Amino acid sequence: MQSLVSIQGLQKSFAGVVALSDATLEIRPGEVHALIGQNGAGKSTLIKCLTGVHRRDGGEVWLDGQEFTATGPRHAQSAGIATIYQELNLVPLRSVTENVVMGAEPRNRLGLIDWRAAHARTREVLSRFGIEIDVKERLGAYPSAIQQLVAIARAVSMEARLVIMDEPTSSLDDREIETLFEVVRNLRDSGISVLYVSHFLAELFRICDRVTIMWDGRTVAVRDIGATTKLGLVADMLGRDPAEISASGMTELGGDRGAAGEEVLSLQDVGTGRSLRDVSLVVRRGEIVALGGLLGSGRTETARAIFGLDAVRQGQIRLPDGSGAPNAPSDAIRAGVGLLAEDRKAEGIIPGMSVRENMTLALLPKLRRPGGIDTRREREIVDGYVKALGIKLADPDQPIRELSGGNQQKVLLARWLATKPDLLILDEPTRGVDVGAKREIQTIIRDFVADGGAVLLISSEFEEIVEGADRVVVMQEGCSVSEMSGDGLTEDALIAAIAHGPDPDPERKDAP
Amino acid sequence: MSEQELFPPVRPMARLSPGAWLRRHGGLSALVVLLAFNVLVTPNFLNAQTLAVNVSQVATIALVAVGMTLVIATGGIDLSVGAVMALSGAMAPIIFTSAFAEANPALGLAAAFVLPLVVALVCGVFNGALVAILGVQPIIATLIFFISGRGVAQVLTNGNLQTFNHPGFSMIGTARILGIPAQGWLVLLVAALVWYVVRFTASGRYLLAAGGNERAARMAGVPVARVKILAYATCSLLSGVAGLIVVAINSASDAARIGNLMELDAIAAAVVGGAVLSGGRAPIWGAILGAVVIQLVKYTLLANGVADEVSLIAKAGIIVLAVYAQQTGKG
Repeated sequence: MQSLVSIQGLQKSFAGVVALSDATLEIRPGEVHALIGQNGAGKSTLIKCLTGVHRRDGGEVWLDGQEFTATGPRHAQSAGIATIYQELNLVPLRSVTENVVMGAEPRNRLGLIDWRAAHARTREVLSRFGIEIDVKERLGAYPSAIQQLVAIARAVSMEARLVIMDEPTSSLDDREIETLFEVVRNLRDSGISVLYVSHFLAELFRICDRVTIMWDGRTVAVRDIGATTKLGLVADMLGRDPAEISASGMTELGGDRGAAGEEVLSLQDVGTGRSLRDVSLVVRRGEIVALGGLLGSGRTETARAIFGLDAVRQGQIRLPDGSGAPNAPSDAIRAGVGLLAEDRKAEGIIPGMSVRENMTLALLPKLRRPGGIDTRREREIVDGYVKALGIKLADPDQPIRELSGGNQQKVLLARWLATKPDLLILDEPTRGVDVGAKREIQTIIRDFVADGGAVLLISSEFEEIVEGADRVVVMQEGCSVSEMSGDGLTEDALIAAIAHGPDPDPERKDAP
Repeated sequence: MSEQELFPPVRPMARLSPGAWLRRHGGLSALVVLLAFNVLVTPNFLNAQTLAVNVSQVATIALVAVGMTLVIATGGIDLSVGAVMALSGAMAPIIFTSAFAEANPALGLAAAFVLPLVVALVCGVFNGALVAILGVQPIIATLIFFISGRGVAQVLTNGNLQTFNHPGFSMIGTARILGIPAQGWLVLLVAALVWYVVRFTASGRYLLAAGGNERAARMAGVPVARVKILAYATCSLLSGVAGLIVVAINSASDAARIGNLMELDAIAAAVVGGAVLSGGRAPIWGAILGAVVIQLVKYTLLANGVADEVSLIAKAGIIVLAVYAQQTGKG
């Protein structure tokens, strides 16, 4: 069978830095093809060379048996390659119809837009994906999953033969993910190929046919998904032996720890609004307490309440220094709390500032001295954390946006570790970072706890919770419903507790 | 200061072609071209009197541009600067020609400086509070004083031109130190001070962090609202000072004209100097450079007999060029 896309020996450098040295990719017609690899492996560069964002330095690209060089994203689009980026390129204030037909509006005889035809065509395209919505409503009124599907519908209506999806599920909840998978299967059934980039390996086994694994700018393996395992993929991405990983566990969070110490955080019937109604929990020194639950169960809202980002309307919070609910993050920081936010780009880094300035931002009140900032101490602290956390950079004064995702995350972790907090709240600390950096970050967290720190962990990865947490507080619909610990804390039990309705008898799960 | 700071590391991306160098140093290139042109063409350009005239006129633009740069660094804009100049400029003569000042000359003079600046500061705090606490769009928030500030100034003066003869007050506009007008030195002092604060203090870091990514800054404990209010307050205060200087130079106060279109000059100077309207950068010396370029364009055209209206078009051209350089410089 002739490949739809065939890329051979692709090379690309940026100002002397090699991003791709030998990338190969074959996509067959009507297959869902996954592209995985650590951050910096070259996935996005490969995609950008294919879609005409970058010009390749060497190698060959064939589309449908013809040599193909995209001169720009528009050219790639007209050649049938549609890209759906993480940040959607849609206009939230305009109607669904306008977003779908944009650039290809049906015209009537007077040359004006034929709205009836446009609405009809939009309804027809969306119905193919089982979406029945008011197409005249503005797009922003719908949840992000629908918006994502509209983006895909738009791509399909442009007669795409290849749809590239970059981390499409990262902002969707479980039900929305199911809908998306339906759509991907529909695309495949109608002969359209999908290139699927994702950090969530479990997803690949559900919808992908084959997977290409990249490492350090090269394609290192191509596997049929049926002939490999999650462990096998991780091993491919890391260049490790599967048996070795299996023996040491999937995460670096496990291992022995001393007994938990004094209480550093307690929440009693805390509520901030509709999405956080009633949560109670306690975190002690030297332990990791995880919040288990689905998206929207109130985990992030709990973190926001503790950190002073949402006003507490009911209940009591006691922070490490004994103070009550904070009014602002600066209060919480002073009380010994740090929050590593989930959305690194929007709530973590200041992209234009240097690594050094980013790292010491929360510490600044303590670096003040008459006439300015104690830059000597600042540099010592930064150099110390760069070394201790193995942050890869050219210079602490380079802008943080130039670092890879994993290294940015380490800088943000250092931002909080430097404040010597009693309690660290970690919201998806390893999301969107590559496997190698993930294990390093987990090691950092474990060291922090071993030194007497306390961690409140939010993670969608069950391995991370089961291996790492001493206790799990299970949340549902804004309420803490039960707690699990010790031998009762298994992946199956956790999934059961999260997935099912509120437990009628929480005491039973408390004492396994 | 360590060696590292003096010689920032050259990364591969930073290698500049001649064209890219020109783009990055657009303001400086423009200055060189303007100076060269004037030396060759404009009669009597290279003499002390020309320098004094230019310094005395650039000072007001430069002061306001420094403040504007701080506001732009937070991702905002301040349209009220010209109106605040008018307000403080109109107040001063009213105070030092009042019966109270006649009776207590020293106290009256002090009040003529202090009260207008206090009022300017209050305007700035009001602007900042609207933006930072109530979340009003900066353009809308500062539009309030843009419109009402000049109105109040005209009501205070009954719309009349106030002329006066008060050597003590006029000092700030007409005195010379080492042959350079006093307000030129004042600009240098203010710029150095603001630059130091931006570059070396926690408040400066906070300003750039709040402008660079407001949400992230807030979550790192940065007092975003306080920093923004501080930026707007400083901008207004400096505008107030500029208003006093204009009145002092002219020995007259015309509420309808003081600081007219100053907001545009200041924004242009800041942008020519390298400020980015989305925030996160505060090139203070760049603002001074930008102000000098704007002033030189005005002067060049005026000295060569080109009508004032044409110089407006030339200024617009410079803004377009500066923005173009910024946009291409990014890619």
